[in-house]
Amino acid sequence: MNPVTANPPVATPFFFYGLAAIMLIGGILVITRKNAVHSAMALITTLLAQAALYLMLYAPFVAGVQIILYAGGIMVLFLFVIMLISIERNMKERQFNRQWLVGIVAAAGLGGLLIAVYTTTTKGAVLFPEGNVSYVESQNTQAIAGLLFDRMTGMYMFAFEIASLLLLVAIIGAVVMAKKRI
Amino acid sequence: MHEFVQYILSYLDSNQTPGAAGNIFWAVVYVLLVFAGLSVAVICMNWLERKILAHMQVRLGPMRVGPHGLLQPIADALKLLLKEDIIPDGADKIVFWVAPFIVVLAAFTVFVVVPFGPTHAITDMNIGILFMLGVSSLAVLGIVTAGWASNSHYPLIGALRSSAQMVSYEVAMGLAVVSAVMMTSLSVDGGTLSMIGIVEAQKEQGVWFLFKFFPLGLIAFGIFAIAMVAETNRAPFDLPEAESELTAGFHTEYSGFRWSLFFLAEYSAMIAVSSIAVTLWVGGWMRPFPNLLNGPTCDLAFSLIPGLTFVFLAGMCFFNTVRMPKHPLFRIQTIGLAGFGVVLGLIGLVMFVPAVRIRIDDIFWFSAKVAGFMYLYIWYRGTFPRYRFDQLMKVGWKVLLPIGFALLIATAVVGMRTELWAQVQEVLHR
Repeated sequence: MNPVTANPPVATPFFFYGLAAIMLIGGILVITRKNAVHSAMALITTLLAQAALYLMLYAPFVAGVQIILYAGGIMVLFLFVIMLISIERNMKERQFNRQWLVGIVAAAGLGGLLIAVYTTTTKGAVLFPEGNVSYVESQNTQAIAGLLFDRMTGMYMFAFEIASLLLLVAIIGAVVMAKKRI
Repeated sequence: MHEFVQYILSYLDSNQTPGAAGNIFWAVVYVLLVFAGLSVAVICMNWLERKILAHMQVRLGPMRVGPHGLLQPIADALKLLLKEDIIPDGADKIVFWVAPFIVVLAAFTVFVVVPFGPTHAITDMNIGILFMLGVSSLAVLGIVTAGWASNSHYPLIGALRSSAQMVSYEVAMGLAVVSAVMMTSLSVDGGTLSMIGIVEAQKEQGVWFLFKFFPLGLIAFGIFAIAMVAETNRAPFDLPEAESELTAGFHTEYSGFRWSLFFLAEYSAMIAVSSIAVTLWVGGWMRPFPNLLNGPTCDLAFSLIPGLTFVFLAGMCFFNTVRMPKHPLFRIQTIGLAGFGVVLGLIGLVMFVPAVRIRIDDIFWFSAKVAGFMYLYIWYRGTFPRYRFDQLMKVGWKVLLPIGFALLIATAVVGMRTELWAQVQEVLHR
């Protein structure tokens, strides 16, 4: 509709590292806080920072959906459920299990993989080819709709519908299990 | 210095929103203007609500502070700021402290995309309407956490009610919005989610979406109008703060400045959802009948209305100045009222200047339409009894949602009727 003039991105590293730091701190707080409500709020922060990262990738539609679905929808239900649980009992329970060995192996494996990927790409080998980011923010929503619904380019229609059907089945299943008599 | 002036002036010719032009200076100016305007609107709304409700109930309302209680909101604000700020002993301090700010941030951030005019918006986003719905849905997080952090029974009940209510009505609201967005796709350059784009689609199609595909647009608007009252926790859906049942609901334990933040957020959220409704169905910044009555005479007549409105308000002030009691104790109040009338009259006169007139026109019509919705809010509060919680859920899930789905399909079918008819013909002729 309104062809937005392609403004060059401003202070990209600053915003990226800022948002990444917020996400990491939020993620760590989610697992270290004893109080479940605090964890949920840290998770909300992480999700919002993630939405901002999508905005930096010129995908405003995905960012908007992220805010509506995760931060606005699912997290509200999370909080709703958490508030009905008594926090007092949670506080007394042991928070972490004792499987240090498995944890260390998994963390070392994942970390090693990340370091391997980083070193190979900096050496010049192309592990992930650089994508061409188009700065046309105003076309993102239409592009997603094209991928989903267009007759020619719509490749993901089936997957999309299957995913929504799965969610519907989950909802119906929850109702069936919760209700004694329908 | 010269370059800076150039930078500032370059925006004036660009005929874009500051966001689209990428001009940081004007973006900051617009943000400050919107923030100030919003705060003034909330203050006015506070006074108007008390006065209008009082008159609906055959009372006088605030009459003591200033003539006709005009200074009452300022006195209230001072009281709130000076009041002791109590945090309950058993409260979760951090969450209690953060909650009001979440609500305020959500309520104010939304105004980034509100189009007061084709160029009078902070920015225009490709996902404008989605952004508004998403960010305004974050307010419920603040309400829920406020209720929980208070560590008290009534606020917790209020918070639970609030989350259930807002999540339920968001669904119906979304369906109504999608129906309006579908109508934009009938424009030449295709559908859009941008707030400015939606108003321009109405301009291009020559009809407010309220009257498009009669009565489909009207029904969609009706669903939105009901859902938006529930979304903002206002009467008759004010169960989260139902004062006769839950003292004050989720903000029972809040006092002073923190409470005033909830108040501010509630009213700016009301203005925000009203501006969604105005943008989507009532033609945004466009004056009434831009296509039907479009001669130069009509243009002139309509462009005089903003100034005339202020002159009329000034006239009302002078009328009441004359009617003030003649007792010497009322002398200061009388002079003050006359001064207020003079200020309003001067604003009105400035609005007659052609250069101002053409720039202020769109903002005026947008604000006037939003003001109409704000009056409706007060009217609802004065006339409807509060719903019971099961009735509220029933209306949301069993009435608005099915109607919303049917409406969505009906809008799609009516919008695609030529293509569908062509398909049918093809099948018949085969």
